[in-house]
Amino acid sequence: MATKKGKQTIVFAVKPVIIGYSTVAGPKEGQGPVGPYFDKIYPDLAMGQKSFEKAERQMMLNAIDTALEKASLSRSNIDYFVAGDLLNQIISSGFSALELGAPFLGIYGACSSFCEGLIFAGVLVDSGAAQAVITATSSHNNTAERQYRYPIEYGAQLPPWSQHTVTGAAATAVAVRGLGPRLELATVGKVMDLGIKDPLNMGAAMAPAAADTIFTHMEDTGRNPGDYDLIVTGDLGKIGREIVVELAQRQGFDLSGNYRDCGELIYSKEQLENAGGSGCACSALVTLGMLFNQNYKRILVVATGALHSPTSYQQGENIPAIAHAISIEF
Amino acid sequence: MKDLLKDPAAYQALANEKKPKPRLAKNLTMAFLVGGGICTLGQLIQNIYIKFFNFPPERAGDPTTTTVIFISGLLTALGVFDKIARHAGAGTAVPVTGFANSIVSAALEFKREGFVLGVGSKMFILAGSVIVFGVVTAFVVGLISALL
Repeated sequence: MATKKGKQTIVFAVKPVIIGYSTVAGPKEGQGPVGPYFDKIYPDLAMGQKSFEKAERQMMLNAIDTALEKASLSRSNIDYFVAGDLLNQIISSGFSALELGAPFLGIYGACSSFCEGLIFAGVLVDSGAAQAVITATSSHNNTAERQYRYPIEYGAQLPPWSQHTVTGAAATAVAVRGLGPRLELATVGKVMDLGIKDPLNMGAAMAPAAADTIFTHMEDTGRNPGDYDLIVTGDLGKIGREIVVELAQRQGFDLSGNYRDCGELIYSKEQLENAGGSGCACSALVTLGMLFNQNYKRILVVATGALHSPTSYQQGENIPAIAHAISIEF
Repeated sequence: MKDLLKDPAAYQALANEKKPKPRLAKNLTMAFLVGGGICTLGQLIQNIYIKFFNFPPERAGDPTTTTVIFISGLLTALGVFDKIARHAGAGTAVPVTGFANSIVSAALEFKREGFVLGVGSKMFILAGSVIVFGVVTAFVVGLISALL
């Protein structure tokens, strides 16, 4: 049974195993540095569907089925399905769950949903409540744009600190035993608000949450950043990552060597228009696609999410953010 | 040293410091060139209406605006407008082209919600405030000019 360590950290007893995982992505992501690792790259954003919302769901279901296949499981083997996405009322997850016919726990952590889902899956498996839990998350540039910003064909000039929502979906199959990366520790983040109001400057809004979760994780576990081969944050982009490095330095942590950000890793320099990628799929695609296929021994994945809505920022409220950390051993 | 995570003002100062400067020189130059180019094109179209379609100069503005709106709408529907606008900025946003784009892009975007709840009600989601405040301003100016 999992135990609590320090203020916010879960120590998994059985170290749940990710026995299968899958990543699928849109064309732009497919051409990027993570492209070679994806299980499927869609040639266009419509993906043969009547709406982009349906396309996003299609990606999520595809990732789930591929993860199940890799784990030698079928849809009927799923004890619980834990998923979250960016769309209002998490429709990508809910409609996917309908199609899967599995018991469903819907979560919302914005772009931190990837780690949030893994934490729930880990705890469910570790407690003995489940044999196999499927987690999934997705984001689609066109569905996110219309919900959070402008119509797709609207000609807006974006500032250099803005980020591009990643099109893709990822799924994992988490089980008690088997072969694969193992969940070791998880630090559940607190919601942070340092007064950033600009919804285009997500990096600056989310950096405090990432930094706070990293510091708390180190404090709770007595570890140092050097204990990890890599520390990677969700989707802070260039500006957010620079802020985290600076905040860490002031706290006496050196993150200059082994710290990266998924928002920067997902696109190449030529593809990068502004600060980098964002969206639920960003940290999931980079972690499961690229980072799971390196020779790391232990990494700390810190998925970050902004918990605002168009209503909250239009009414003048700040952008609160959260970050959840998971230590994964290989 | 002060804990920045407990000090919003100091954190915001750090965040501002890390924010890259907008590419002002490039943005202004592009806006000037594209915006100027659109106006020159408009003038050319107007001259054509005057010369070949016998429009009196004071009436030639109407078909000219309509033509520029049509071109913007077409480029929006073809998915080209937003790519130009990304570099042109105010160059495409300030002339009537930006107004046309905001309406056509919204109409396209919300078509999937149907003609009544989608196209009909969401078409002016961006342009609506321009129309409202345009009319209000016109009313106020009209009132002042009547009183003077």
